[in-house]
Amino acid sequence: MGWRLIRTYTVLVYLFMFLPIAVVVLLSFNANQFGSFPMTGLSTRWFEVLWNNDAIMRAFRTSIVLGLMTAVISTVLGVLASLALVRYAIPGRNLITTLLIAPILVPEVVLAVALLLFLNFLNIGKSFTLLLMGHVIFTLPFVILVVQARLVSIRRDVEEAALSLGASPMQTFFAITLPLLMPAVAAGGLFAFTISFDDITGTLFWKPGGIETVPTQIFSMLRNSISPEINALGTVIIVLTVGLPLMGAAIARKLSTRSGG
Amino acid sequence: MSAVSLTKIVKRFGEYTAVHPMSLDIAQGSFITLLGPSGCGKTTTLRMIAGLLDPSEGEIAINGRRVNDVPIHKRNLGLVFQNYALFPHKTVAENVAFGLNYRNVGKEEARRKVAAALDLVQLPDVGGRYPKQLSGGQQQRIALARAIVIEPDVLLLDEPLSALDANLREDMRVELKRIQQRIGVTTIFVTHDQTEALAMSDQIIVMSEGRVEQVGAPEAVYNTPATEFVAQFLGASNILPAQCTTVSGNELALELPDFPRFAIPRERGPDISQSGPVRLVIRAEKLHLMPAGTSADGILSVAATVENVDYQGQSARYFLRVGDQHLQAINMIEDHPFTTGAQVVLRFRAKDCAALPLEKHS
Repeated sequence: MGWRLIRTYTVLVYLFMFLPIAVVVLLSFNANQFGSFPMTGLSTRWFEVLWNNDAIMRAFRTSIVLGLMTAVISTVLGVLASLALVRYAIPGRNLITTLLIAPILVPEVVLAVALLLFLNFLNIGKSFTLLLMGHVIFTLPFVILVVQARLVSIRRDVEEAALSLGASPMQTFFAITLPLLMPAVAAGGLFAFTISFDDITGTLFWKPGGIETVPTQIFSMLRNSISPEINALGTVIIVLTVGLPLMGAAIARKLSTRSGG
Repeated sequence: MSAVSLTKIVKRFGEYTAVHPMSLDIAQGSFITLLGPSGCGKTTTLRMIAGLLDPSEGEIAINGRRVNDVPIHKRNLGLVFQNYALFPHKTVAENVAFGLNYRNVGKEEARRKVAAALDLVQLPDVGGRYPKQLSGGQQQRIALARAIVIEPDVLLLDEPLSALDANLREDMRVELKRIQQRIGVTTIFVTHDQTEALAMSDQIIVMSEGRVEQVGAPEAVYNTPATEFVAQFLGASNILPAQCTTVSGNELALELPDFPRFAIPRERGPDISQSGPVRLVIRAEKLHLMPAGTSADGILSVAATVENVDYQGQSARYFLRVGDQHLQAINMIEDHPFTTGAQVVLRFRAKDCAALPLEKHS
C-alpha cells in the first residue's frame, strides 16, 4: 500500500517535470497554425518553416559556431590549467583552483554585468570576441572540474615509466596522459558546448547588436506571438542539448572500457 | 669503470634531509640492493639515479658520464615500479614496444625484440591483450620486459615484488634473478624485505634514516652486522650489554652478567680497539636449546628458563630468561618443542657472536 503511494507520487513528479517538454515536442508536429491544442494532424511543416526562416537559421549557425569555439577554447585552457594545478606544486594552487571554479558560484547576472562594466571601463565595445570570452569564463569551471578529477586518478608512475623509456615530457603527454584523459576531455568539451548553446542571461548582456543566438532569438520571437515554429525549434534544441551529451557519455564509457580506465 | 657512481649525493626537502652525503660505486653487471625500512631514503636515492629527483648536492655518473643535468628520458634506464605502471590504453605488445619507438629501431626489428622480451619473461602469447586482462604477476613480468627491451645501461627496480602475493613473490624473486643473470644488466633493487635482499643481491646497502649503515655481500651483512640497526633489521638478534676486558691480537675477551667468561675471534669485532663497554650480538637461530643438565662438551653454555613459546610448525621461537636478561632463540623442532617454564641450557659458539662498539645515542 505504502509502496504504491510512493510509486504513484514518483510518476506524478516525473510527469510534472517532463510533460511540458513532451508537449513541446508533440506540438511541433501539429498541423494546426496555432502552436497549441487541439492537434489537427501530423505534419513536419513547422520544421520546414523553421528551415526557411533566415533569422533563426542565422541564429542557429551563430550558436553552433559560438558553442564549438567555446568548447575548444575552454577544453584547451581547462586541460592546461588542470595539468598545472594537479601535476606541479605551484604556489597558491588552492586559491587559483577556487578562483577558476568561482564563476559557477557567482550569479550569472552579476558576472555578466561585471564583465560588461569592466570592458566599458577599458573602452572596449561589445563584440563577438567578448561574447566568446564570456562563454569561456562560464564553461571553464566545468571543464576543469571534470578534467582535474580524471587527472588525479592517472597515476604519476605511468608517466614516469614513459619518460624512463625515452619519451620526452611532451611526447609523454600526447602518447600517455592525453589518451588516458580523453573521456574527461570529451565530457568537458560537451559540457562547454551545451552550456554555451543554452546560455541566455550572459548572452543578452554581451551580444553586440545584430547578432542573435538561438535562445535570444526565441526570446525576441516570443515577444510578438507564440508561433508553432518555436515548438519545432524547441524540439531541435532538446535533441541537441540532451541527445549530444547522452551520446558523448556513451562514447566516453565505451572508450574507457576499451582502454581499461 | 663503475656502472653507476654516486659521489656525496645529498637530498633535502626543505628543512628535512632525506639522504645524507652518500657515496657508492656499483660494478658493471652486479645486482645491488638498497635495503631499509620505509622512510630510510632508499627510494629517494633510486629516484635520483633515475633522474626523477635532482640531488641537492653531489654527483651522479652512469658509465663514467656525469648525468646530473641529463633528463630522465635521455639516461637510457629501465625502470620497474611497485604498481607495474603499465599503459592501460595500450596492448601488451605496444607497452613493450613503447621504448623502441624513441630509438632508431625498424618495425621488423622492433617486433622481433618485443617477441624476444616476452619470451624471456615466459609470456610469449599475451601480446594482443590489455594489461587489465593479466594477473598482477603477469603484469609485473610485462613491466620487466618493457624495461629490458630497450637494453638499458642500468635496471632500476622500485619494490617490484611488494604488490604480489606471498607465494608468487617467491617465484618472481627467482625469476627476476634468473633474467638478470641471463642478460647481465647492472641492477639496483630497492626493497624493505630482507629475504629478497639476502636471496638476490651481490651487494646489500643497508640504509636507515637517510644514512648508509653497512655495505657488503649478503652473508657478510647477515653474519657481521656493522651496527645495532643492521643486527636488528636483518633477522632476529639478541643484543646484550657486555664488557670487553682484554683486546689481544686475535681475540676479544668478554664478560656478561650471568654468562661464563668467554672470548670471541678478533674479526668478530673489527671496530673494537680497546677494552670497555661493548654490545654483544648473537642471532636467535644460533642459540641452541638443550634440556637442563646436558653436559657442556667444551661448547659455551648458559642456563635459561623458557618464558614463552611461539610455535611455527617446523620451528619455534622461544622467549627466554637468563638471570634478568631476556633473549630470543629460533630452533628447528625435532620431537616436541620445549614448553613454557622449562629449564634449559643454551649452547652457542663464540665465533657466532659479534661485538659492536657502544653507539652514541643522540
